[in-house]
Amino acid sequence: MTNSPTVVLEAKNLVKRYGSVTAINGADFELRAGEVLAVIGDNGAGKSSLIKALSGALVPDSGEIRMDGEPVRFRTTLDARHHGIETVYQDLAVIPALDIASNVFLGRELRKKGFLGTVLRQLDKPRMRAESMQHLTDLKIGVKSATQAVETLSGGQRQGVAVVRSAAFGKRVIIMDEPTAALGVRESGMVMDLIRQIRERGLPVILISHDMPHVFEVADRIHVHRLGKRTAVVDPKVRSMAEVVALMTGALEPSEEEKNGGA
Amino acid sequence: MTTRTDTISPAPPRTRRDWTWVARQPLVGPLAALILAVVVFSIGSPRFLSPYNLSLIGQQSIVIGILAVAQTIVILTAGIDLSIGAIAVLGTIVMAKTVQSAGGVGALLIALVVCVAVGAINGSLASFLRLPPFIVTLGTFTAVAAASQLYAGSATYPVTDPLLTFFGQDFGIGAWRTTLGVGLLVVVYAVTFYVLNQTAGGKHVYAVGGNPTAARFTGIKINRTLLMVYIMTGVIAMIAAWAALGRIPNADPNAYQTANLDTITAVVIGGTSLFGGRGSVVGTLIGTLIVGVLRNGLTLIGVDNLYQNIATGVLVILAVAFDQIARRRTQ
Ligand SMILES: Nc1ncnc2c1ncn2[C@@H]1O[C@H](COP(=O)(O)OP(=O)(O)O)[C@@H](O)[C@H]1O
Ligand SMILES: [Mg+2]
Repeated sequence: MTNSPTVVLEAKNLVKRYGSVTAINGADFELRAGEVLAVIGDNGAGKSSLIKALSGALVPDSGEIRMDGEPVRFRTTLDARHHGIETVYQDLAVIPALDIASNVFLGRELRKKGFLGTVLRQLDKPRMRAESMQHLTDLKIGVKSATQAVETLSGGQRQGVAVVRSAAFGKRVIIMDEPTAALGVRESGMVMDLIRQIRERGLPVILISHDMPHVFEVADRIHVHRLGKRTAVVDPKVRSMAEVVALMTGALEPSEEEKNGGA
Repeated sequence: MTTRTDTISPAPPRTRRDWTWVARQPLVGPLAALILAVVVFSIGSPRFLSPYNLSLIGQQSIVIGILAVAQTIVILTAGIDLSIGAIAVLGTIVMAKTVQSAGGVGALLIALVVCVAVGAINGSLASFLRLPPFIVTLGTFTAVAAASQLYAGSATYPVTDPLLTFFGQDFGIGAWRTTLGVGLLVVVYAVTFYVLNQTAGGKHVYAVGGNPTAARFTGIKINRTLLMVYIMTGVIAMIAAWAALGRIPNADPNAYQTANLDTITAVVIGGTSLFGGRGSVVGTLIGTLIVGVLRNGLTLIGVDNLYQNIATGVLVILAVAFDQIARRRTQ
């Protein structure tokens, strides 16, 4: 074994059933340090369910999840977050009527120091605004002020707020479930830029997407999901888009190496 | 899992000559309606703007206004409370009937426990059992109203205890006098405003109502937030009951029959969305004043009570229609 890559997050033989529907059917998963791993598959293949298991939004019926080689058990999204895993969900997970800073810090608000914070529980709005603005500018998302309600933003900017939230707090892994599904071309481009910037910081990203050109643009490896499990992990430099689509629909058989999780 | 598809379109460009955004500010509509009502009635009746009458409007708004605060918090979570009026009435009767044996402070504490217990029942059913708040509070409304009748034995109880009637005392300078109840109203609004806008718990109320899925994924404990909200409605109902005995020192199981509907009217007219996650207690205060001004002004110019009910009814439906249209536009 030479030069084996560091595995950050992996899963073995995950199963999740909803009544008679088996959403995850013995799926394996492997995310390596510093990579953008695309997860692709048909509608209903079980991509979102897999990702929810990795982010604590659902508890698998069986199977094992390991982080840095250690078994972990995520019962809630908070558990996963304590391990540094942050997720941007498919349905824009922002609160429309709240301002940007409140959205970025939702669920982990900063309180003022001293009496105001400990007794009167007062939020430290200036600090939350300043830090939000800092993160937004870091990721080159142009908004005028962090006091703007999220509903006044464009779709790309809203998704930007969701991405900023995970990038600001995600210490180990960022997961994005179809972050561009609701966005136009230019705004999707913005989100792709964000993903590259997060990778440049050394954080690995799991990107679920239907958009093949996007996937081939940013992904280091592609996890192909089919009928509730991983059928292949392919190298976008080796396979063409047409071949990957064929793998996804079952029209093409993966190579032995691809079946076993790729090179 | 419920998926909520907030489809998005780019924010409309705001040009220098485009002033329509002013009209879209949530408090502009209610404020304009309030000013309009004040102008119309001050032209219609010379007595309308007198210090005495203004103080009267304030006093007439105390109980509804305080209860409307509770209604606002519940509606912000995309719920509704049909029982708070009845809880407050039960509170007045508990205070009046226990004051002899327990004393003023004791009576207040017993009423607080009773009101909070009913709120906690509403909250547990609405959160842990996921029952629709409309149905839950309809049930508690019916049960609590009947309990009040039974407990009161269909009699009314005059209250003389100085602590229970405390908020009926007046204060002020010269002709500008009003009761402590009006001061209490202001304090309840100020405290709630602070909690909703300056604390994490307040933000979570908006989050739970605005996008429950997102709230859950960000780690907000939805059930706990809902339970807290309904417990707060119990506390506020008890405060309203106390204020009610200051205004009219007589506990009557048949009093405040339309209070619950009036609170919903005030909240909706004040621009808080029945769909949750959007609105403010400032709007509700304006809404309460609109209802108060309307009823007072129509009485002054000699319009019958029943016509006043028609007017407020039309107003609620208009406000809900605006809410619905605004919601469709932002979708
Ligand atoms: N909460 C749920 N209850 C019942 N069935 C579900 C639930 N979530 C997902 N499923 C089903 O599981 C399968 C996989 O869904 P999903 O993970 O959303 O796939 P994808 O994200 O690849 O489109 C689908 O058949 C879907 O209908
Ligand atoms: Mg999906």
